[in-house]
Amino acid sequence: MTLSRADVEKVALLARLELSSAELNLLTPQLQQIVEYVESLNELNTEGVEPMAHALDVANVFAEDVVRPSLPREQALANAPHQDGEFYLVPAVLGE
Amino acid sequence: MPPYTLIIGLETHVQLSTATKLFCRCSTKFGALPNTQTCPVCIGMPGTLPVMNREAFELSLRTALALNCSIHQFTKWDRKQYYYPDLPKGYQISQYDLPFSYEGWLEIQAPLSLGQGNGAGAEGSAGTATPSPQHAPPQRGRGSLVSKRIRIIRAHLEEDAGKSTHDETAGVADSRIDLNRAGTPLLEIVSHPDLRSAAETRAYLAELKLLLTYLGVSDCNMQEGSLRVDANINLHIDTPQGKIATPIVEVKNMNSFRAVERAMEYEAPRQYEVWQETGQKLGDVPKQTRGWDDVHERTYGQRRKEESSDYRYLPDPDLVPVTISAEKLEQLRATLGELPAQLRTRLESTYGLTAYDSEVLVNQGRELVDYFVQLAELCGNGKQASNWMQQDVMRVMGEQHLSIAEYPIGPAALAELLKAVKAGELDTTRGREVLARMLVTRNSAAVVIQDLGIEKVDESDMYALCQELLNANPKIVDDLKSGKQQAAGSLIGQAKKRNPNINPARFREILAELVAREPTS
Ligand SMILES: [Zn+2]
Repeated sequence: MTLSRADVEKVALLARLELSSAELNLLTPQLQQIVEYVESLNELNTEGVEPMAHALDVANVFAEDVVRPSLPREQALANAPHQDGEFYLVPAVLGE
Repeated sequence: MPPYTLIIGLETHVQLSTATKLFCRCSTKFGALPNTQTCPVCIGMPGTLPVMNREAFELSLRTALALNCSIHQFTKWDRKQYYYPDLPKGYQISQYDLPFSYEGWLEIQAPLSLGQGNGAGAEGSAGTATPSPQHAPPQRGRGSLVSKRIRIIRAHLEEDAGKSTHDETAGVADSRIDLNRAGTPLLEIVSHPDLRSAAETRAYLAELKLLLTYLGVSDCNMQEGSLRVDANINLHIDTPQGKIATPIVEVKNMNSFRAVERAMEYEAPRQYEVWQETGQKLGDVPKQTRGWDDVHERTYGQRRKEESSDYRYLPDPDLVPVTISAEKLEQLRATLGELPAQLRTRLESTYGLTAYDSEVLVNQGRELVDYFVQLAELCGNGKQASNWMQQDVMRVMGEQHLSIAEYPIGPAALAELLKAVKAGELDTTRGREVLARMLVTRNSAAVVIQDLGIEKVDESDMYALCQELLNANPKIVDDLKSGKQQAAGSLIGQAKKRNPNINPARFREILAELVAREPTS
C-alpha cells in the first residue's frame, strides 16, 4: 500500500493536526515506512483463521449498576486549559 | 397532487434508565449541577479502563427481544472516532459490524388513508399534499387504522456525548461544555425506511415509546433528551421515465412527537421543489443534514462536517466481547411481561372491548390496565368497566392530576357500584352522583346509596306514576302517538322530579308501553 501526500493530509485533518508543507514532506515517507512495517503481517497465512475481536480470550466482564462517588468538580476541571469553575470552555461551537 | 411517495426511516436514541453510566459508575441522574457527575473514565483520562454496565446490557437485550430482533450470540464494541468538544476521548464507544441485535420489527397502527395502497402516486399525495394542522393522533379511534409492520435494521448499545451550549446573548466567545451526560447508556434503534407519512412516523414513535415504557427500560422524556429522533427522508417520484429517488436528507433536533410530524410534513414538499429546480437524484450529492427549527416550523441546512464519513471504526481493545447464551436469552424473554400489542388483543378477546377502547386503556400504562382487569372481573362486565374507567375514573385522574395508584377508590369498591347500576338499583346518572360522593366521603357504594336515599322503585309504582302523568298531559300523549319522541323527555323530567329514584331508561320503556295502549284522542 502506498500512501500519498493527500492521504497524510487527510489523516492529519482527522486528527486535528496542522502540518506545514515541510512537515508533510517529512512525514509522508515516514508514515509510509510505518505502514510497510505493519504490512509484514500480511506474510502470515491466515486462511481459515477466525478474526479475533480481542487479544485476550476473555468475555463477559460486567460491573453492577451501583453509583460510586464522582470527582469533585474542581478536580474534574483542574486540567482544562479554559474553564469557569462550572464548565469547560472551548472555542465557539456553532450549528451543532 | 404531487406524484411522489415519502420515504422515511428513523434512528431513535433511547437513554436507558440505569443508575450509572455505561462504562463507569458515575450517576446518570438528570438535572445535576454541570460537571459534577464525571470521573477519570468518562472524561477520558489516559490509563483509565471502561467496564460494561450489566444492567444497561440487559435492558438493551430485553428491548431488542421485545422488538422481535435476532440476537448476535457474540458481540463487541468499537471506537467511532471523531473530534468534538463534548466527546472527551476523541471517540465514542459504539457498535459497528457486530451489533448485539438485528432484523426485528415493530407493529404500528397506521392511518388507513395515509401511505397505503400500491399506487405510489396516490400514496404519496395522500401522505403529503395537505400538511393539515389537524392530524388526528393515532390513538383517536382505530376504525380507520390498519396494522403495519415497520422493520428494524438493528439496535445497538453505545455511550452518549456531553452537552455543549453557546450563549450568544451573553456575548461570550466560548462554548460551555458539561460532561455529566458523557457516557450515559444509549440504545440506538434503526428502522428500515418503511414509513410513508408524517402520521405513520408519529404512530411508530408513539408505539415505540409505549413499548419502552412497558418494558421499564427508559422514561422516554423527550424534553430531557431521553428519547431523541433523527429522520432520514427522501422522495420516490413517479416520472414518465420511471421512478426517481431523490437525495436522502437527515433531519435532526426534533424534540417532540409533534416536531417530528411537522418536520416530515415540511420536508416532503420542500424536497419536491428542490428536485424540480435541480433534478438531483440519489447519489448525485452527499447526504445533507438539516436541523428542525421549532419556532419557525421549518428545517434549515447545517454545515457539513467534511470528514464526517470517515469514523475509522476499530474494535475497542479496552473492552472484551460479550457472548449471550440461549439460556440467558430465554431467561430474559421470560421477564418481558405482557407487551402493549398482546395486552390489547387480550382486552379485546377476554373482555369484549373494541379496538378503540383497548387502545385507550393500554396507552394509560400497565397499572391502569391492571385496575381495569380487576374491575372487569369483579363487576363481571368488561364494556361497563371500560366505560366507567374512561368516562369517570380517567376524567377525575386528569382533573386532579392523579395516577391510578393515587385514585382514592379501589377496583373492588367501584365494582360494587357498577354491579348495583347493572342490577338496575340505580341509573347511570345517579351512579355518577354516588361515585362523586364516594370520592369525597370514601364510604362504600352501599353506604352512599343509603345516605342519598336511593332505592329501587317498584314496577307497580312506576306504572302508576306514568299513567298519572299521561292523564295530566294529553298533549304529550298526542305528540308521542304522532311520533315526536322528544316529547318523552319532558315526562321523564317530571317523573324524576316526583321521585328522583326513577330509572329513566325503565321509565321510558313503560311510557312507550302505556302510550301504545292509549286511545287516539
Ligand atoms: Zn464517570
